Amino acid sequence: MNDTLLYGLTACALIGLGVFGLIANPAPLRKILAFNIAGSGVFLLAGAVARRGAAAGFGGDPVLQALLITGIVVAFSATALAVALVLRLNAVTGDVTLAEPPAEPTDDND
Amino acid sequence: MTTPSGWLLVAAVLLPFIGMMVGLVAGGRHAARVAALVIVAGLAIAFATARTVLDASQVYLLGGWAPPLGVALRADGLAAAMMVVVAAVIAGIGLYARRDFATPPGVTEARAPLAFWLLLLAVWGSLNLVFVSGDLFTLYVGLELLTFAGVPLVCLDGRGETLRAALRYLLFALLGSLLYLLGAVLIYGAYATLDIEMLAHLVQPGIVTWTVLALMTVGLLAKTALFPLHIWLPPAHAGAPAAASAVLSALVVKGSWFLVVRLWFDVMPAVVTFDAAQLLGGLGAAAIVFGSIVALRQKRLKLLVAYSTIAQIGYLFLMFPLAFDIATGAMLHGDALTGGLLQAASHATAKAGMFMAAGLIYAALGHDRIADLGGVARALPVTVLAFAVAGLALMGLVPSGAYLAKKLLLGAAASSEQWWWTAVLQGGAAFTAGYVVLVLTRALRSLPAPLQLATKVSRLSEFSALGLALLSLLLGVAAVVPAAGLPAGLISNPLAPKELLPTLLVVAGGFALAATLARRPLFGDGPWRRLMTAAGTGFENADALLRRWPTASLALIILAAAFGWLLHTGNPA
Repeated sequence: MNDTLLYGLTACALIGLGVFGLIANPAPLRKILAFNIAGSGVFLLAGAVARRGAAAGFGGDPVLQALLITGIVVAFSATALAVALVLRLNAVTGDVTLAEPPAEPTDDND
Repeated sequence: MTTPSGWLLVAAVLLPFIGMMVGLVAGGRHAARVAALVIVAGLAIAFATARTVLDASQVYLLGGWAPPLGVALRADGLAAAMMVVVAAVIAGIGLYARRDFATPPGVTEARAPLAFWLLLLAVWGSLNLVFVSGDLFTLYVGLELLTFAGVPLVCLDGRGETLRAALRYLLFALLGSLLYLLGAVLIYGAYATLDIEMLAHLVQPGIVTWTVLALMTVGLLAKTALFPLHIWLPPAHAGAPAAASAVLSALVVKGSWFLVVRLWFDVMPAVVTFDAAQLLGGLGAAAIVFGSIVALRQKRLKLLVAYSTIAQIGYLFLMFPLAFDIATGAMLHGDALTGGLLQAASHATAKAGMFMAAGLIYAALGHDRIADLGGVARALPVTVLAFAVAGLALMGLVPSGAYLAKKLLLGAAASSEQWWWTAVLQGGAAFTAGYVVLVLTRALRSLPAPLQLATKVSRLSEFSALGLALLSLLLGVAAVVPAAGLPAGLISNPLAPKELLPTLLVVAGGFALAATLARRPLFGDGPWRRLMTAAGTGFENADALLRRWPTASLALIILAAAFGWLLHTGNPA
């Protein structure tokens, strides 16, 4: 097994774990962490692809490396925004859940 | 090569962001002034871009580096049309929000107004970036910027429920962008470029392109909130302040929709299969029925408008199966795409006007319970007129943009012999008529005593809502402008029997739906109403189920698999 294949498979595993966490975990903070795990998986995959497509004398394809850095910045901003929202939600409502509050009592004539 | 007017594209993207930063530094009430200046300049840039694109598509190579190493900004007719629409809607929203988001007297700076004006500019800049981006990664960045600008707009007032809606929106959108980015990496791995024009020549149907198209499409659908991935939309759009709802509903969802258009029509037109296009259009048709019925069951006006957005998003996807050319097995630029674009333009203007009118009604009454709207037409005639005009425009009455779009799509359905889309296009209007009729019959009811208004609404806001609604209703005039390049004879005499009959049928259908599905009977009870109400409750329960996180994310994965499978089986391997 060469190293790009190993990286690629690890990336798939990370993406799978992350997506599972994003779907199955009800707590927002865990969803944010899961998003980051899946995101790392995508970045690792980008690394593996860059490595595979490297020209002679290069460690990896520089275009993909540039994209990767931008991607990390975007993921970081997303995480910061999400954490800020979680903190604010906790400060305002005292709990952190994504579930919608129970519907107001239904009056069928209304 | 950079074209002579290519700098306009850079200006269109940079100007709003520069305005945003200047507004942030200047702070306080300067932010609104900076925004006003940027809106005037941005309108000029959008129209100038459209003017030059009429002659030739514009290109700007960043730093003079050509793709695949460099990044190109390109404006074709599609991009220029969307830029003009967005500029016009932003201007309308800017006028509307002058009163709502004025810094109160006595303070130097207030959080919500400052945030609103800066985010408005950020949304605009991000949308322009999405429209002119020439490669899939810059598109990703533009899309993320759009999400980051849209999410805080949801929770401008800082209430717990809006914060929760914003967080749901952000997390679901992130799931979508993850799939998109994964697709971008995979396609770069296969073709070593992300440039749209280069990819268009290179891509071949195969396991990589099927996977990429399925992942990217579904990721974008999650951000567009196409049924059944509309988990985040109703609370986010209904909870935000009216001006922000207008931005979110009229503009932000169009960004990711536009990207789906780019992908299907420009990047991988030959990878698309008949079945996959049918699935995309089918989701749109389901969205129309589902969104409209649940809209009719709402108690609050803003939620009704939010669900109507879900239905209208469905309309935007009807053009995909109609643009698929069976002879060449590819997506074609043609009447169907023009129709879809017109649909987007008329929805952007009409829905912005509708949310603004709903916001004014809420502000004036202090509530927006549909059942208690009686008397509001007398108290706020201009606002209710704006709502009515926006509703008529959405229904596709002559000479609205939606009418023209419907004509083009009906023509495409006839020429490609896909009669079932004819039924969807004609029937969909009746669903739209349903909730417009419902709101108007409530609002037009007269009360014995004149209504006491909680606050006086601003004339400027009322007329900017009316202006946008009228713009949508008159968009059909584009048919007589030769530069639009539309086929002749699209607009005919609205009173001719051939035109009048469908219109009357649509309105009658709307009355029937409103009478049988509304929470409180319009004209009395009956067995039909009981049956339909039970069905309506069923739709509401289905909606509650679909908007739970696990169901929505499973639907996302199932849809990705379905698109992948249909792209695979539809192609000779």
